[in-house]
Amino acid sequence: MLSRTAENLYWMGRYMERAECTARLIEMGHRMAMVPGSWSDDEWRSVAAASGSADLFDKDAAITDAAILRTLMLDLDNPSSIRSCLRQARANGRAVRNALTRDMWETLNEGWRRLDEVDVAGAQRDLRTLLDWIKGRAIMFRGAASTSMLREDRYDFLLLGAHVERADMMLRLLDVKYYVLLPETEVVGGGRDYHQWTSLLHATSALRAFHHVYRGDYSPWKIADFLILNRAFPRSVAFCYDQIGHFLDRLARGYGQRHVCHFTASEMIARLGDLEMGEIFQQGLHDFITGTIATTRRLNAEIYRAYHF
Amino acid sequence: MFDEMSVEGGTTRPPYARVEGWIADSGLELLHKRSAEAEAIFRRIGITFAVYGEGGDPERLIPFDLIPRVFSAAEWRRLDRGIRQRARALNAFLYDVYHRGEILRAGIVPERLVYQNAAFQPAMMGVEPPGRVYSHIVGIDIVRTGEAAFQVLEDNCRTPSGVSYMLENREIMMRMFPDLFGGGGVEPVDRYPDDLRKTLEEVAPPACKGDPNVVVLTPGPFNSAYYEHSFLADLMGVELVEPQDLFVDEGLCWMRTTRGPQRVDVIYKRIDDDFIDPLAFRPESVLGVPGLFNVYRAGGVTLCSAPGAGVADDKAIYTYVPEMIRFYMGEAPILENVPTFRCADPDQCAHVLAHLEELVVKEVHGSGGYGMLIGPRSTAEQRAEFAKKLADDPANFIAQPTLDLSSVPTLGPRGIAPRHVDFRPFCLVGKSMRLVPGGLTRVALREGSLVVNSSQGGGVKDTWVLTE
Repeated sequence: MLSRTAENLYWMGRYMERAECTARLIEMGHRMAMVPGSWSDDEWRSVAAASGSADLFDKDAAITDAAILRTLMLDLDNPSSIRSCLRQARANGRAVRNALTRDMWETLNEGWRRLDEVDVAGAQRDLRTLLDWIKGRAIMFRGAASTSMLREDRYDFLLLGAHVERADMMLRLLDVKYYVLLPETEVVGGGRDYHQWTSLLHATSALRAFHHVYRGDYSPWKIADFLILNRAFPRSVAFCYDQIGHFLDRLARGYGQRHVCHFTASEMIARLGDLEMGEIFQQGLHDFITGTIATTRRLNAEIYRAYHF
Repeated sequence: MFDEMSVEGGTTRPPYARVEGWIADSGLELLHKRSAEAEAIFRRIGITFAVYGEGGDPERLIPFDLIPRVFSAAEWRRLDRGIRQRARALNAFLYDVYHRGEILRAGIVPERLVYQNAAFQPAMMGVEPPGRVYSHIVGIDIVRTGEAAFQVLEDNCRTPSGVSYMLENREIMMRMFPDLFGGGGVEPVDRYPDDLRKTLEEVAPPACKGDPNVVVLTPGPFNSAYYEHSFLADLMGVELVEPQDLFVDEGLCWMRTTRGPQRVDVIYKRIDDDFIDPLAFRPESVLGVPGLFNVYRAGGVTLCSAPGAGVADDKAIYTYVPEMIRFYMGEAPILENVPTFRCADPDQCAHVLAHLEELVVKEVHGSGGYGMLIGPRSTAEQRAEFAKKLADDPANFIAQPTLDLSSVPTLGPRGIAPRHVDFRPFCLVGKSMRLVPGGLTRVALREGSLVVNSSQGGGVKDTWVLTE
């Protein structure tokens, strides 16, 4: 396969994932805004930071939800905005039409200009509908890929990108919210903490899954364990890395060659398997998270080199 | 005016019997409904041509008209022979001008028209392309003015586009009106991608020993015909590459893949000559694959079409094609040209200047319906302006009578009415010659209009060749 095609697929996977994760983040922020007494513009600031757009906001001024929607949802100058991601995913798809099935192309192509017609006021008015629509695009795209694509290297690169992005988004979200999970957090107990913790679960659509596993016992410890180490939860860091390892292994088998990225991934997988939450807290949650973000970034660069992107 | 469905007096010409019955049975309402469905399908699949930088929708649809254009088997037999003959002559001409130049020495074609032609590539002198083929896909634009009167309007030897519409138009017709094709009355066209692939494989370079690796080279997604590039690569099952995917090393051409470099043997290039190799053609260009032309010349890779093939499809050279057929093949042309005045000739130029309001004047290198004057539709002011251009540089122009193009019934907002059409078949030339029975019919959707180009409001139709 052409390296350009592989790179396009990898980024298509990343863009669609990013669009969906950003929609989920906005949903979380919106939800938090409805909780009495809990709201501060810190929440929007962490949403912006988790989506990688913190620099686009003035550090000293308060962030309004209008500004968030403009920057994270509609702004074409922000390459991480949802509208940019959907456009970019489609542009990538158009550039490698042959590598896509018709089903996949049609999900990318349908409605790709819908956000062009939305302004901030419109986005505020129809927020839930729009967010559902965005998540729906990503889900349909994933479904189309899963049910129509041959399981060859094209599929591997697409899914590799998606899981690298998902791991990255989860880590960034943890990076800006880690203090919520620290046992020695200043404000202990009370309604506000409860909402802080559950908001993390909301942002990752994990509330019900968490209930299912932990029966509603919201302790920061368990939430951190769930989001980082739970191998069954499809947005946890460990799950994403398992998938990254899986798709990298498939590529290695297909091409008969292992690269540095394979060692980085398997090292990370082994580490996530051995660690327990207690150790992570002992070593320092924040250090662990920033370290893993750095590893993920390095892995991305190693994938580039291995496949001549 | 010659209408292909009903001749004067209202009788239906036999090839259109099935179409006429179908129109009557369907009724206007159903046809309009299906027409809207077809548009939605084209839009969803993304069969568009790209127009960037003009504002509005950057990816537009070419309007598709449901009512097919039909040729009888006998009409096609003649067209088929005429098209093949012409494609052969054009390739013989190209070989000749890049070698001994016999036709120039014989004084049949003026040297100036060849050697001073912008599309002539001096670097191609003496190059021996595999199979001596220069133009592997020849698109010949044909118009009809009467029952037996077919004339060639233009040749396209470089990268004729539109074949994807031929294929998709048929697909959509078969999908929406399966009954129309029941009984196998219409020759299929779907073998075109296979034929194209075989043609390209046949011209693999001497350096290629195993199965040739064929690629389609596109300028990228911003090119207006990008959809077609990707469509053809897909149907042939070959890679669609951009210049930056290719590089030259050790006298061969390679593409960058996830497994490392892979050999490329045949390039179906949909890029202008100027942009394929900055070392050979246009040093200031940042596009292209440096060194590619040297690899080509040394037989390491085949370029289709060959650089410099455009010297045969210029409108001034066009006027000499019937003479080429006689010269190289010793045959009488089966398809005639539209009578054409060469403005380079002072007598003919004077005649053109005196009859501007009856003639269509075209720039020799123009395409897409731009840079032309349609005399009968022009204002005195436009004619005066054009007369000046013509007098300044007569060799840059040819003129033709305004043709009474045939018409075919076409569905419009207010019902069915005749609209003018032309026809572009795609002849494939490798070690052997292949021509699928069909082609692209373009239709001028505006009443009375003779301009069928998609950039100027033209649409397309499915084209049928009936079985015997």
